Formats: sequence, C-alpha cells, structure tokens
Amino acid sequence: MHKEFLMGNEAIALGAIAAGVNLVSGYPGTPSSEVLETVAKRRTSDIYVEWSVNEKAAMEVASGAAYTGARCMVTMKQVGLNVASDPLMSLEYIGVKGGMVVLVADDPGPVSSQTEQDTRCFAGFSKLPCFDPSDPQEAYEMVQEAFEYSEQYGTPVFLRPTTRVCHGYASITVKDETEYQPRRFEGFVKDTGRWVIFPRLSYQNHIKIEARNVKLAEDFSKYSRNRIYPACERKQQLKKGVVSGGISFTYAIETLEQLGMARLFKVSTPHPFPEKLALEFLDGLEEVLCIEELDPVLERELNYLCGRHHLPVRIYGKLTGHVKNAGENSRDSVHNDLLQFFEADAGSVTGSGNGTAAVTKDLSVVPAPLALPARPPVLCAGCPHRASFYAVKTAMKGRKTVFCGDIGCYTLGNAMPLDMVDTCLCMGAGLGIAQGIGHMEPDTACFAFVGDSTFFASAITGVVNAVYNQANMTLIILDNSTTAMTGHQPHPGTGQTMMGEIVQKINIESVLRGIGLTVVETVNPLDYQASLKCVKQTADKPGVKAIIFKSPCIALTRPSGSMAVDSRKCTGCRKCIRELGCPALILSEGRVCIDSSLCTGCSLCAQICAADAVCSPKSRTPGPAGDTFTPLDSSSCPADDTCHPADQGGVHNE
Amino acid sequence: MIPAILQIREVYIMNKNIILCGVGGQGTVLASKLIAAAAMKKDLPVMSAETIGMAQRGGSVFSHIRIGEGLHSPMIAKSTADVILGFEPGEAVRMLPYLKDSGQVIVSSRGIMPVTAALSGTPYQSSEMIRYLKTRTEHLLVIDTDEACRELGSSRVLNMLLLGAAIHSGALGLTDAEIKEVIKERVPEKYHKINFRALEYTHSL
Repeated sequence: MHKEFLMGNEAIALGAIAAGVNLVSGYPGTPSSEVLETVAKRRTSDIYVEWSVNEKAAMEVASGAAYTGARCMVTMKQVGLNVASDPLMSLEYIGVKGGMVVLVADDPGPVSSQTEQDTRCFAGFSKLPCFDPSDPQEAYEMVQEAFEYSEQYGTPVFLRPTTRVCHGYASITVKDETEYQPRRFEGFVKDTGRWVIFPRLSYQNHIKIEARNVKLAEDFSKYSRNRIYPACERKQQLKKGVVSGGISFTYAIETLEQLGMARLFKVSTPHPFPEKLALEFLDGLEEVLCIEELDPVLERELNYLCGRHHLPVRIYGKLTGHVKNAGENSRDSVHNDLLQFFEADAGSVTGSGNGTAAVTKDLSVVPAPLALPARPPVLCAGCPHRASFYAVKTAMKGRKTVFCGDIGCYTLGNAMPLDMVDTCLCMGAGLGIAQGIGHMEPDTACFAFVGDSTFFASAITGVVNAVYNQANMTLIILDNSTTAMTGHQPHPGTGQTMMGEIVQKINIESVLRGIGLTVVETVNPLDYQASLKCVKQTADKPGVKAIIFKSPCIALTRPSGSMAVDSRKCTGCRKCIRELGCPALILSEGRVCIDSSLCTGCSLCAQICAADAVCSPKSRTPGPAGDTFTPLDSSSCPADDTCHPADQGGVHNE
Repeated sequence: MIPAILQIREVYIMNKNIILCGVGGQGTVLASKLIAAAAMKKDLPVMSAETIGMAQRGGSVFSHIRIGEGLHSPMIAKSTADVILGFEPGEAVRMLPYLKDSGQVIVSSRGIMPVTAALSGTPYQSSEMIRYLKTRTEHLLVIDTDEACRELGSSRVLNMLLLGAAIHSGALGLTDAEIKEVIKERVPEKYHKINFRALEYTHSL
C-alpha cells in the first residue's frame, strides 16, 4: 500500500486495475474521460484498452469480453449511456460471466452536459445494481467490490460517480503493483441457450432478475458502505434524520459534525435499495430530510417504504420543495438546508413543491458584491473553428440559412459575435435536424456542422440518411484532427489507438465519397479567401455536399508567433473585434491591441482587416489544406489546463 | 476527556482552506498540484476540486484545496477560505465570498479582458477590481505581475510568483524549500532556476 494524490477518475482506474480488469472500453465525455486515459497510462501489460467509436460500440466490445469470463469496464458520461442503452438493456437479460462495471459519470449542474439525467433512475429502469461513491478513496475501493458483486450475481453493475467525485482529488491509499491479483478466465463457451436472446429466454431471465434483485437488496443492507451514523446525545430526542449519498453525503456530514450529529443514513447502493437497513434507520424517527442531487431517488424509496410499512415518518426533499430540485448542491446549499431542517420547526416550513422555497434560502446564489464581467468559455485564440464559422457566415450573408451545430468545442460558435449555432441537441443530431428543416422549408440553405470525432461517433448514419432520402444540405466537417473538448483523445481519423499503435487513418473524404457524395471539398479555414470561395461555390449545388475545413487544434501545434497591430494604419473601426470575437483582440485605452501571450499567429484578423493594419513579425501566409504539423509530445499535453497554449502563467512544463 | 466541541475546533484551526482562481489556461491546476504535493510530503491529508471541461476555454476557473485531518468535502464553504490566490483581479473578486474574516488575498495586478467586455466596447477595468479588494480585505497583497515578469525575463511565471507570495505571507503553512522540492520532482531541470527565482521574488519586496 502507498499514498497517491489522485483524481476520483484516476482512483477508479487504479481500482479497476487492482481488481484485475482485462479490458476497458469507452468514449470520451466530461466528467468521465480520465478513467480510461488513466487505465491506458497505468495499465499492466495484459490489459486491453480502447477508445471505441461511440458508447454503443464500447458496450458491445465489453460485452463480448465479459462473455469470455474476463473482467471488463465500460466508461462514458451520462448522455453516453443513452447511446449505449440498446445493448445494455438487452445485456441485463443475458447476463455476464466475467465481472462488468459500467462506469457512468453523472453531471449535476449540469457543468458540461446537455441534461441532468440520473443514472440511479436508469439503474431502476434497466434493473442493474448501482454503486454511488462519495469520494476518491471510496471510489477506489468500491470499483473493486463492484466487480465482486457483478461476478457473484452474473450481472453488469453501474458505478456512478458525479462530477465532484470524478474531478475531486484526494491523497488516498492504493495498492502497490505487487498486490494486484492476476486473473485467469475460462474463455467463451458456446451455449445458444445462454447467449442468444429470444423472447422465451428473456421471460425466464426476467423472473430470475426480479428474484435476484430482492436478494441483492438484502445483501446491500449488510454492505458496509451503506451505513447508519448514530445521533449525538443532544440530537437524539429530536427524532429527525438525514439521508444522503454521493458527494452530497460529504457536504451533509461536515455540517452535521459542526451542528451536532443527527442520525444519518448513507446510501451507497441506491438500486436495489437496501430496504432492511432503511427501516432500521427510519425506526423511531418522525421527520427525514433527503439530500441528493439530480432526481429524488432516495426520497421516493423512503416514501414508498413508509407507505408500505405504514410508518408515520414525514419525508422531505426535492418533492416537497425543501431541497432545490435542479442544479448542483454545494457545501453552502446543503448547510442551509440542514440548518432550516433542524433549527426551524420543519413542519412549518411549507415546501412550494417546485424548489423555490429552497432556492431563496440558498446563500450560494448570492452574487459577488461588485458587478463582474461575465466570463463564459470561448473558442481559443487562433482556433480554426472561428475561421470556418466566419467564412460560412460571410459567404451566406443576406441568405435564408439555418446552421445546425453539434457537440464539441464548436458548440461555442454560438456566442456573439459569430452567432453561428442555431440548433444543438445531441451527438450527431445536427445532420438530421438540417434535413428535417430542409424538407419543410425548401428555400432555406441548411448547414450541419460536425467535428471529426463526432463524425465518426454518430454522424455517418445521418449522412447515409441524407443521401438516401434526397436531402438538400451542406455538411461542414470541422476537422481539427483530435477530440478537443474532452482533452485531445485520438479517434479513427487520427491514426493512433489507446494501445499506442499507429494505424491506418480512416479518411473522412473517402467515407463521404463511399456513401455517394460527389461534392466533397477540403480547404484550410485559416486561408480566408479560399474558404469564402469554397463555401460560395459549394452551398448552392443540389443534393448533399460537404466541405471539410481541415486545420489542427491549436493545442496540438506550436504557435507561429504573435500578430501585432500597426497603430499608424489602424483606423479604429474595430471590425476585427466586432466580427471575430477572438480573446487575443483587446481594447487598451480605446485602441485595438493584440495580446501577444494569447495570439497564435493564425492571421485571420490580418486577412479581414480593411486597412491592412495587422501584421506579423515574420510575414506569414497560410499553407494549403491539410498542412502538415508537428504535434507536441502528447505526454506534455494532459487533459487539464497546464499545457494550454494560452497559458501565460504556467510553470515551464513542456 | 476533551469535549467533542473542543476537538472539532482544534481540527478547524489546523486545517487550511485554499482557493486558487483565474481564467482557463493560466496554470491554476499545476499550482494547486504543487501545493497538494508539498502538503502530502508532510503526511497531511489533502483534497481538492477544480474546474475541468468546457469552462477551461477562457472561462472562469477555480481550484479548492483543503489540507488537514477530519475533512470530508473537497469543496470549501463560504466564509471559510484562509487564502485566495487570484490569478486575475476580477476572478479574485468573484471568489471573495469564500474568504473568512481576516483571510489573506494575494492577487495578480494583470487583468484579462473578457471577450464580452471587448465586444460591448466597455473595457473592463482591472484597477477597479483591485480598488474594491482593498476596501474589502484586511490582508491584501497585490503582485505587480508585469513588473515582476519584466524583471524575471519571463511571462510564464505567474503561478510561481503568486505561490511564493502566499508562502511568504504564512497563509499556506508551507515553506519555499518544501515547494522547491516538489518542483524538482515534477518540472524539468532546465526550468528550475527561473521558477525558483519567481518563487523567491516576493521575498525581496
């Protein structure tokens, strides 16, 4: 055993390795990505790891491995589970031979997601057991226990951390490599009665699953991570209890230790719910406050139990408006919720049912006393997406258009002044939306923007659909040769795998031509005139046509030196600032300047300046499409901000 | 036996709550990792939480670091931070509600203009932020970053400057030598000298 300072996601990865995991597959998505990356970095020689093309592919690859008796883990974020749900729902009816942990990171807030969906609910829906860790140390141990339960009961299990557990760091105790248990497994044994899903098998296995979950609920009542903390003497006669789980538990226990400990029930397995232990907790209580994020899962379980057992306990939480029903809990919001519950007569605090009562007392929403500028995330200085959006915007000026966006850094193209994302729904959806709008509004020029990684993950079927169904649209591929938003993971177009192999790149242009597109143009977006011409010539052609804007993410290339404004030539029209919104273009004492610590020398501002006032120290012309570039050593480019090219204050860590 | 309430108070005195804040890309993550590593070398339990993901693209970012025994939550409660290291004046103001009474604020004088401010043509005045911090905090240390970077001959040492100032203020409970030791372990040797000079810079003020 030794101590390491680990991110929750890293702890989960090391826990899986310690448990003898044989295969890990996944698709990147905040806040889950570091789990698979850490497995790849720290793996022992006999572990296979891959970034699959999407979550469905990852789930199926892992299922195959689990059929052989190998231990496997699949990683994704909560919306990725929607993509993987088709194989998973059926897999639960088939079951697994080797232990299988489905790591799904939920994102209360949401901090960087489309939805606030709760994987604990998905556990109930899909009938999978669910483990809910509250800190990195617990996540490290829990993943190992989850493998044991999975094998014992022959079912995939969810491990469902939330953002603050995934991205929280702690100094934790982990096993040395010599303590890892190597595992042998039998291999796949043919048995059509077991591995081939048919209605009859599903019916028989459904009966077994229901019986198993009853047994598992009893087992979970004895699981040491489901725990009742007794009240201190002072709080005992109050007959008030608190139930919590996940990160909210850490907020709750810290406040309770300050206020005086009340009876506290920590639920680490929300499904199947440890009913027996819950009844023990409820015994003698009159009021219970449920502190949880996302859906009122614990609250509903307790309400159900009270009803079934005719217990005179009032259950408060999201459903009663005592805890806010959307967004992230904070140390302060939980503190205030508990303060109200214990200090006021909770019975007199009437919940409004929509969370407003809780919101007004939440000190964490009190703004800082001085009016502060909003600082939303923006496309980086020099980002090629800015140039691509700008070229399309300028080329289509005055026309009736719709720009369907997608998931990735380029969603940030929605911000002013670009304002180039009219819709965004989920991975790959932009293509279908552009088609649907086009069928209803034939006079609208419909565009779908999709990144290279998203193209492979979920846009190809959309292209096939468009070609087959005679859509009229322009597909814009923003190819920056990486999965930028989630921390620069490789994908089928990059020619690298997570096992470190250099493989044949899958060429996007060839894929599109293979599907039947005859118009596929490739252009360097940082060559403004060429891009403008390309869009103008392509957009009005009939049918489905594509433009690939190809230029690497600035985080993967060395900046070519800062541009500068020649103050003698600058007319002060501010066109560059008004139209590009580049963070390196700033106003200083009323004049346009370029922040040399941010500028990468992309020269887009120089190319659009009417007064020719922006110059580069070394006169530079953009290269042809598909310009070769030298990637930085990937080991110096972690998924955090330490190597961000805009880094002005980092320790020299190249 | 010591009453429970006294034990709790003892724990709270020993613990450190530290906030680092700035703009995505400024290097707050690395600075927080150095603090954590130095504390771990002293056998102190450490936890932290930080912004990762979309907000990194030039948005407001923060790290919460907590050092000491008996802690559960990686997030810091309002009015309990011992020290705020502001890599950007406006972001330090944004985090001010977390500062405890008599807490220490160390802030870089260099503002970073948000794109929204440049667009609206109402320039963001970082000097206003500094003025505000002066009226609201007892223990404020403003680092003239531009001056320091000129003197040191590097524009990439902001986090070392702030870290050094925080150490010298006594607010971290760590020493120059302890941070240097972890820098030696984590940063290539050719950069040690410049980082050490930046770390020591506020000593000579």
